[in-house]
Amino acid sequence: MSTAALWLTIVAIGIGTFVLRFSFIGLSGRMALPVAMTRALRFVPAAVLSAIILPAALRMPGGGIDPSLDNPRLIACLVAAGIAWMTKSVLATLAVGMGTLWLLQALL
Amino acid sequence: MKPAIGDYIDGLRAMLPLLPGAVPFGMIAGAVAAEAKFGAAAGIGQSVLIYAGASQLAATQLVAEAAPALIIVLTGLVINLRFAMYSASLAPHFAGLTLRRRALLAYLMTDQSYALTVSRYGADGTADAATKARFYLGGGIAMWIVWLGATAAGFMLGSRVPPSWSLDFFVPLSFLALLVPGIRDRATATAAATGAIIAVVATSLAFNLGLFVAAACGIAAGYLAETWCKKKEDAR
Repeated sequence: MSTAALWLTIVAIGIGTFVLRFSFIGLSGRMALPVAMTRALRFVPAAVLSAIILPAALRMPGGGIDPSLDNPRLIACLVAAGIAWMTKSVLATLAVGMGTLWLLQALL
Repeated sequence: MKPAIGDYIDGLRAMLPLLPGAVPFGMIAGAVAAEAKFGAAAGIGQSVLIYAGASQLAATQLVAEAAPALIIVLTGLVINLRFAMYSASLAPHFAGLTLRRRALLAYLMTDQSYALTVSRYGADGTADAATKARFYLGGGIAMWIVWLGATAAGFMLGSRVPPSWSLDFFVPLSFLALLVPGIRDRATATAAATGAIIAVVATSLAFNLGLFVAAACGIAAGYLAETWCKKKEDAR
């Protein structure tokens, strides 16, 4: 990506994100979100984050997908998910997940 | 009456325990930007212009994968859709403030500043909009400074790390750390599981469209699961 295109992309996300943040605050309570919309928006983080995580965890260095337990990234993600569940700590999740990946890469 | 500065300090104090959690995220956002060959200005500038960790990380990863710009922008915005929900929830608290003030409040919106303000003033009908805004800003400005500092530090360190360290793996890991505590009931779990499975099945779709299909299916599945669980409860 060229430098100009990169900046344009960043600025576009920045403006769009500000519009999302400002939307209802900008209207100053003159409009409310429909109930169905609020209910649906609650699931956005879970749906989007997991849709990014699993393909990234299964992706092989050369491209393509490896859903087997020989894939060190998958193992490391499973371990990290367990740690995140138990500790709810960002730092512990990152440290154990990354440590597991490095360990498996060194062993395999 | 308490002086105005006290409200800022209250907000800062409430935010303090949440600041350390933002440091690794910010550093990773900076480090992966360095790895994706962003210049220093773009790598750190995105923290000012976008100021939203998950969307910065996702966008950076897509830049590294050479995805089309439109897809990168849409992905970054889909992740930030939750801000519209926060905005709707905060709007009554900040009604009556000047447009400039409200624009500043909107710019500084984070998961943390939203959660703190709503949990503090959600049930309290006595505080006025100006007080709430000062509380929100006290924590929000601190978070902005920490985020910027962490991104800059991560950028400087990240550009010195060799590729064999697989720093890009920090991206799914950070998302895991965000995702897992957010799964509080069967409906959110259904949304997450559906999103993940469809995303893998749909990886062959061009232009990263699989992500959007997966997100839409996940949101729909969560919504339906919630409706279904509620019906079952009502039937009891």
